Amino acid sequence: MRDAVARFVRDSDTVVIEGFTHLICFAAGHEIIRQGRRDLTLCRLTPDLIYDQMIAAGCARKLVFSWAGNPGVGSLHAFRRAVEGKQAPLLELEEYSHFGMVARFSAGAARLPFWPLRDYMGTDLPRVNPRIQSVTCPYTGERLATVPALNPDVTIIHAQRADADGNTQIWGLVGVQKEAAFASARVIVVVEQLVDETVIRSDPNRTAIPGMIVDAVVVEPWGAHPSYAQGYYDRDNDFYLAWEAISRDPGAIERYLGEFVRGVPDRATYLAKQPGLAARLTAQPHLAGAVNYGF
Amino acid sequence: MTSVAARELADGEVVFVGIGLPNLACNLARRTHAPHLVLIYESGAVGAVPERLPMSIGDPALVTGSLMVCGMADVFQLMLQNGRIEVGFLGGAQVDQYGNLNTTVIGSYQHPAVRLPGSGGAAEIAIHARRTLVVSKLSARTFPARVDFVTSPGMRRDGVTRHELGMPGAGPVKVITDKAVLEADAATGELVLAALYPGVEEAEVGAGVGWPLRCRPRLARIDPPTATELRLLREVLDPKRLYLRG
Repeated sequence: MRDAVARFVRDSDTVVIEGFTHLICFAAGHEIIRQGRRDLTLCRLTPDLIYDQMIAAGCARKLVFSWAGNPGVGSLHAFRRAVEGKQAPLLELEEYSHFGMVARFSAGAARLPFWPLRDYMGTDLPRVNPRIQSVTCPYTGERLATVPALNPDVTIIHAQRADADGNTQIWGLVGVQKEAAFASARVIVVVEQLVDETVIRSDPNRTAIPGMIVDAVVVEPWGAHPSYAQGYYDRDNDFYLAWEAISRDPGAIERYLGEFVRGVPDRATYLAKQPGLAARLTAQPHLAGAVNYGF
Repeated sequence: MTSVAARELADGEVVFVGIGLPNLACNLARRTHAPHLVLIYESGAVGAVPERLPMSIGDPALVTGSLMVCGMADVFQLMLQNGRIEVGFLGGAQVDQYGNLNTTVIGSYQHPAVRLPGSGGAAEIAIHARRTLVVSKLSARTFPARVDFVTSPGMRRDGVTRHELGMPGAGPVKVITDKAVLEADAATGELVLAALYPGVEEAEVGAGVGWPLRCRPRLARIDPPTATELRLLREVLDPKRLYLRG
């Protein structure tokens, strides 16, 4: 992870760490904080705790997003402190809805300049985000909203397994990971498990990201905690609840980052500091039936 | 409020489920009168049958045993924009006279007094779902005549109807609160008082909204939650009171 971030994530980059609730790569976010990256444009549908931590750590110049909260709990307070009140905001915002962000990744992945969608009429979002535009359909004459392509410098995807070439398989919620990876100039894949190519080839429909677009593969078990990996470990809802109090207090965030991020050299040490995780969160088996790929 | 929302759902309907009380209401409906309700979560779970109450709309329990898991591009393009969603469930920090919802900012956008999470999928759900149900506790702060920011469009904006603005769905036809149910008037799009909870009087509801609230000629009385509904909510669906607090 240290090498992948050092090599592929640069100051001022547009960075995407995707994953909708599922497979959010906290291990990569923490490594970016440790390496002191600055002036990043952070893009995600849901900034989640990981971007709240990166904002608090001073990594971000700008946030591109569609829902900035702590799901089922409340607020991302570092984010709120950066943008609320009379002072000049500490963070530039570029805001869409989920469909808008998904469409931006779709355009980026298809290498089109924009994506049309039937959306935003009657809302104030285009008023505060001039990048939401419209176009007249050449076939029907209908006015459609448009959003610009999002082509990140680097996208980091967490997944259950990949082979050494980066052929990556994901199951459970797949979010916009495929589109984000294809839209990106560089792709880092972080996996729970490195498997042999024969495992990938035994179930090719499950491959979300082909190795041909992957620049680095990092093996980092529990690398998504406190997010989750379906079939490996559950979401640490207790930590999401605890973040409410931590993030309310800048001193508490600093102490958290000092102890669990900057104060540890790597993910293994982070995990060793929390010995109860495996017992509390390891997933129960719920196996899929096999299918016949023969001909 | 949760049981009133649950009763709005018919068996077999396709519902786009949001976080919080809507989630609870949909799962209550599924366990009572609507066992064939199809729950779709914006995270990509279709036909979800969660064994535990999901704290987030991306909970792993939504995947286990579901009918389909698709990417979010498919959720928004093939399900929502395609017109497959019959009911959308939304909440709002502010709800105005025409059912416009604000989940973005209190105060100005550039210098907000309170920064709220933003749209998520709410803007497009409000535009595309064939009908929308809004769930929100009644108070004058929550129900101003005009919202500070329109995140999710309602029945009318600056005198222009949602139909004229080109929105496919019927919009927020009902607003379910903890004291009464408001309905959008078919002619004007304005929210009017339609039904009262037991023991609640008209004046109390009028005091909880920021515009002169009109009433339907005949007000309905809402039945209190049944023993079965209460037992399911308190003992089975939300024993930890994640959503039922307050």
